[in-house]
Amino acid sequence: MTASRLATSGGFIDRSRPIRFSFDGKTVHGFAGDTIASALLANDVAIVGRSFKYHRPRGIWGAGVEEPNALVDIGGSTPPTPNTRATTEPARDGLEAKSVNASQSALADRNAFMDRFSRFIPAAFYYKTFMWPDWHMFEPRIRAMAGLGKVDKDWTSAGSADQINHHCDVLVVGAGPAGLAAARLAAAAGQSVVLVDDQVRPGGSLGHRDSEVDGKPAKNWVDETVAGLAAAGHLILPSTTAFGIYDHNLVGLNQRHPDGRQDTLWRVRPRHIVLATGAIERPLPFANNDLPGIMSADAALSYLKRHAVLVGRRIVVATNNDSAYEVSEAISQAGAEVTLVDIRREGMPATLANVRLLKGRSLASASGKLRVDGVTLDDGTRLDADCVLVSGGWTPTIHLFGQAKGKLAWSEARAAFLPGDPVDGISVAGAAAGTVSLKDVFASSAKAVASLGHTKAAAPRSSGPEATAGISPAWPMPGSKGRIWIDYQNDVTAKDVELAARENFVSVEHLKRYTTLGMATDQGKTSNLPGLALMAGITGRTVPEVGTTTYRPPFTPVPLASFAGARVGELMAPVRRLPLENVHRGDGAVFQEYGGWLRPAYYGNGDAERSIQDEARRARQSVALFDGSTLGKIEVIGPQAGEFVDFLCYNTMSTLKPGRCRYGFMLSENGVVFDDGVLVRLDEHRFVVSCSSSHVAAVHARLEEWRQDRFGRGAVYIHNATSDMATLTVSGPNARKLLEALDLGTSLDDADLPHMAVSHGTYAGDEVRIARVSFTGDRSYEVSIRADRAEPLWAHMRKAGQVFDAVVIGLEALMILRAEKGFIVIGKDTDGTTLPHDLGVDGPRTKRKTEFVGRRSMFTEEASRDNRMQLVGLTVPQGEAPLATGAHGIERRDGKLKSLGFVTSSYQSPTLGRAVALGLIERGAARHGETIEIQHLGKVRKATIAAPCAFDPAGDRLHA
Amino acid sequence: MTRSYSALSLFKEGLAGQTGWKPAWRSPEPKPTYDAIVIGGGGHGLATAYYLAKNHNITRVAVLEKGWIGGGNTGRNTTVVRSNYYYPESVALYGLAHRLYEGLSKDLNYNVMLSQRGMVNLCHSTGEMEIGARTVNAMQINGIDAELFSPDDVRRVAPIYNFSPDARFPVFGGIWQGRAGTARHDAVAWGYARAASRLGVDIIQNCEITDFIVEGGRCRGVQTSRGMIRADRIGMAVAGHSSVLAAKAGFRLPINSYALQACVSEPVKPILDTVVLSPGTGVYVSQSDKGEIVIGGGLDRIPSYAQRGNLPTLETVIAGVLEMFPVFGQLKLMRQWAGIVDVVPDSSPIIGESPLPGLFLNCGWGTGGFKAIPAGGTLLAQLLASGKHNDISRPFDLDRFASGRLIDEAAGSGIAH
Amino acid sequence: MQLFPCPFCGPRDETEFHYGGDAGNVRPDGTEVPTERWAEYLYLRTNPKGTAREVWVHMTCSEFFVMERDTVTHKVLSSTALGGEHAA
Repeated sequence: MTASRLATSGGFIDRSRPIRFSFDGKTVHGFAGDTIASALLANDVAIVGRSFKYHRPRGIWGAGVEEPNALVDIGGSTPPTPNTRATTEPARDGLEAKSVNASQSALADRNAFMDRFSRFIPAAFYYKTFMWPDWHMFEPRIRAMAGLGKVDKDWTSAGSADQINHHCDVLVVGAGPAGLAAARLAAAAGQSVVLVDDQVRPGGSLGHRDSEVDGKPAKNWVDETVAGLAAAGHLILPSTTAFGIYDHNLVGLNQRHPDGRQDTLWRVRPRHIVLATGAIERPLPFANNDLPGIMSADAALSYLKRHAVLVGRRIVVATNNDSAYEVSEAISQAGAEVTLVDIRREGMPATLANVRLLKGRSLASASGKLRVDGVTLDDGTRLDADCVLVSGGWTPTIHLFGQAKGKLAWSEARAAFLPGDPVDGISVAGAAAGTVSLKDVFASSAKAVASLGHTKAAAPRSSGPEATAGISPAWPMPGSKGRIWIDYQNDVTAKDVELAARENFVSVEHLKRYTTLGMATDQGKTSNLPGLALMAGITGRTVPEVGTTTYRPPFTPVPLASFAGARVGELMAPVRRLPLENVHRGDGAVFQEYGGWLRPAYYGNGDAERSIQDEARRARQSVALFDGSTLGKIEVIGPQAGEFVDFLCYNTMSTLKPGRCRYGFMLSENGVVFDDGVLVRLDEHRFVVSCSSSHVAAVHARLEEWRQDRFGRGAVYIHNATSDMATLTVSGPNARKLLEALDLGTSLDDADLPHMAVSHGTYAGDEVRIARVSFTGDRSYEVSIRADRAEPLWAHMRKAGQVFDAVVIGLEALMILRAEKGFIVIGKDTDGTTLPHDLGVDGPRTKRKTEFVGRRSMFTEEASRDNRMQLVGLTVPQGEAPLATGAHGIERRDGKLKSLGFVTSSYQSPTLGRAVALGLIERGAARHGETIEIQHLGKVRKATIAAPCAFDPAGDRLHA
Repeated sequence: MTRSYSALSLFKEGLAGQTGWKPAWRSPEPKPTYDAIVIGGGGHGLATAYYLAKNHNITRVAVLEKGWIGGGNTGRNTTVVRSNYYYPESVALYGLAHRLYEGLSKDLNYNVMLSQRGMVNLCHSTGEMEIGARTVNAMQINGIDAELFSPDDVRRVAPIYNFSPDARFPVFGGIWQGRAGTARHDAVAWGYARAASRLGVDIIQNCEITDFIVEGGRCRGVQTSRGMIRADRIGMAVAGHSSVLAAKAGFRLPINSYALQACVSEPVKPILDTVVLSPGTGVYVSQSDKGEIVIGGGLDRIPSYAQRGNLPTLETVIAGVLEMFPVFGQLKLMRQWAGIVDVVPDSSPIIGESPLPGLFLNCGWGTGGFKAIPAGGTLLAQLLASGKHNDISRPFDLDRFASGRLIDEAAGSGIAH
Repeated sequence: MQLFPCPFCGPRDETEFHYGGDAGNVRPDGTEVPTERWAEYLYLRTNPKGTAREVWVHMTCSEFFVMERDTVTHKVLSSTALGGEHAA
């Protein structure tokens, strides 16, 4: 028995609430308030994991976010989460924790043999081998060996994670002494404050370092300060990590909940940010410094004071700085036998009560098989120990400052990088700014908030003993004996850094990538600085000359679910819905998504193909009803409306008479057909652009752009009325008869309402617009009415249609009807290269005299090419199945297969009793009658090129 | 001293404490003149130098790198290698790259870990399946391996995908390329650097171009932060910063610079074998050999040179990941970063002589430059060596913007680069 | 998340905006425009590293405006309504 729970003290645990959980199948006892790590230590579990590469046994190093070793997969009473940090995860009753990267258990790992081959698998060894016969031979085994925790394949989400947006005057990151003081001062200056801290309880180092503030024990001062802030309405978020600073100083927070609920993502937009993020203790370099039982001195003090865990009985403390003296005294007082080894001869007291003090000495190596059993000093002295505490100095936590593109400045006195020139809206206080004594810490807090206005409160005063900052650097040295770990989790040793230098990977980013130093889940919080200091030593440069790697978010890992928030399922990308969706559902519609709209594909719950064929056949026989509400209806109104639509459209539109419609294209400036549709001229100064359903937003944006950029605000006004109105289409030989039965109060005589004309009527007191345009080739009327009044009209249409055997059709049947006619769908029968003359509409290109969008592009070399792909019909012999859409026309040229173009639409036509197809085929317009080969998934068929229109080419049915 | 990499040399070095390895590449002082200069020490630049030496026997070559080699997009991408392209011109280009990748580890004597575990581009509707068929047929006609996958096929290669009936983007099938996969991005840069250096190429890091030397209307060299360096043939492969150098050389390019973000989860044991791309979410996902889930998505929407990701795009991308793979809801994001990419109107690269004679371009790869590195290097090397296009690079010349003969894959196949 | 100042609505999240291209890229009209000039208008971009002058649209109010900003630091320098004249 070495580590143990003491009978008294431990301010963070509640001894009245014992808990039990398991680690690698063994029961662990703890108390509410324990982390998984503190409970494991209290139960003297020394080995908590295995390293990534060599499968070395590893113990707990730290007491916070910097922990490189103690990663566990958790489950049981808590939702399964891989790679959880045992040092920050609260212990919960019934939780099941499993060590990662260990086959069986951390204690008995089948892959432990890897360590014996370590000399053959140094950093980046994989680049030098596995090439013969082939990497594929080796990769599966390497993959299986890599990775840490396991994904639970049966995991299901417990619901979406909350996301909260918040504004405040001042965001203070870190609720240690610096952060608390800054928050209090900012609050007293009338600022609204958000104070976040990644620990369960605020206080930071005051939770375990002896100190006194304003004449009272630090603990009381922490409680009073927090209570005062909360009472004044400021927001205090414990268990919350500020993980990233993004553009314009937006800060991302990851809030964890004690009840195990999903983490919450906060997006905070403060006017000012105070980073009081503290500092992280570094390891010391000596051989086998990764053995279980070797841990951060400050962490040991934290476990002692917060959780009443004494981490050993016979403890060697090794340090290069002043901070370990307090640790040595405290653990000695708690009952351990302590030897303090200080690399320095000078500074600090020469003696400590009950502590054996060895000055001017350092650790050369540690020994032990599965956990440390002793150390050897540089003079050869051997000391037995069941625990070794090390303090290699302090690395200010300046990740967020770095993320905000703050420049760092090297401090020789602190042996660390400190924040350099200030960044707009960000100040740094406390240990993160390199201050050590509480007096300096509080002074830095006052300075950090000084720009925020006059504060009514005085800065807190330190009234107890002060910490001192003395340090003598103890970086890893080139040529050191033994295996000295730099990055514990990724198994990077000093020799690996030396190897990288030898092979010219001397830039800091090369060092990182080549050795993987700092790329593990702890992101190098304990390893980066020692690693680059070693590189500096090897290459004869200073540490700042080597520089640091880029600080990248997140500071600590953040659940993916937090970023997604409520954007799951349909909320991820909402579909647009028809006003009559429920009516269609009642009629048995089967819905599919088309261009962002959820629309009836067909009706009936039987065989899809049969339903579609039946709808298409019956539509031609009598009359069909179709919900065309998705059709774009963008109004262009104003004195220059005619000129405006002429510029936007390929076809001249200003010659249209009021009450008439015209079909045409809109082009992009590169000449490509962007959309097609019917333009309606309602009166002299008012047009309606009926664009394709999926293009409404884009067409609207385009109209606005040209309006503002070319015509000016006074020329036209644009209103997108698409969702204001439902459009119900009646099509077929009996369309007029059906419409007449509705009594719309307007003449439907062909003389009054010919094809491509528009008129207005009323239905149940509401105005309706009736446009006689056709996408089926049959006589058709598009009746538009206020969306919220469409249902009675639709019901009336259905009822009136009964005598005509009317059929309600979905989009799939409509696709057949329009394909029979050779009518195109943009984006399906065209692609991103199709120009208007490829579709047989050459008139405006050659004849128009006025400017229009895309005009100059009609005359490029590309547009004038004689072998362009052109719209054609494709026919197959009677009785043959339709061609596959997406099949290519092929020919052999110079022995090579070449595509001539492809099938864009292909259907069985129930009316014609044969297959019809459209395609884009090279020089197709001039090749009608020619038979070509069509290839689909390796199989070749023959098809004959024809005119696009396969049904009623004379167009008689429009007027029938 | 150990020169060649192999299991045997690694074993021998193991016995000797790994102390006999030589620098992977030399870092000499720049010479005043070279036969050719390549600006940009990323994958494309280093490959160009390597192929100049290997294919054209031109070894008096300097690669000038502003920072450290492989530090731009080569070291920031999601490492996907594929050639599932639509137009014959693209197939010729990316097919060449793909074939060279397949022999690259042995060619360079450097394991670039090409892992051909396949890639599926999903189709989420009948319409997308039709476009999928169009693409697969085009690929097969153009001699590239491709299959049209059914939903069951997709389930076979990516069993943890979201096949739930109420999935926002249901799986109707997909486009499968079995030869696609991933390669280790850093290794590609380092492997080319090492091989080029061994053939005599000088790799000069921390050498920023400050100006071009123009004499008699031709580019004759460059001014750099490490002095003037002259050569009569200069290539530039500086993805993300192409417009900046073009401005120094006195011309503009059809390029906008955007940030492209990528991110990885914490490493987990193998759970996903293939690369999966969903056009619905715009997200593609793979798992690295180290175990991280590697996530890529769409561009940030704001032109930028800040190599810094933004939160809105990240949130959209991750929402997409969880829609595709709900079980990843238990994972955490470990690292997020961004690269700056050249975005060209047709999303195809620009390879050819620039408006400044003697200066040749390799740029405009958008989000997909990594997969093309061996081809980009081969083709720019040929241009530098001969002044003439290879048939494969000819269609990608800058002159296509005036002629209108763009090569827009998205226009043809709906597949983004 | 950047905040862009719409001249009509004030500062709003970047997600509400759409990039509209270089300011001052004036369209040449007519079929006689030289090929190179047309290609320049269609495709060539300044793409500055540093201060950029661009046309943006605030999608929620549909208004186009000119914004000056730094493409490296993302600092916004100015934002101006088109004011009736063409973007120049």
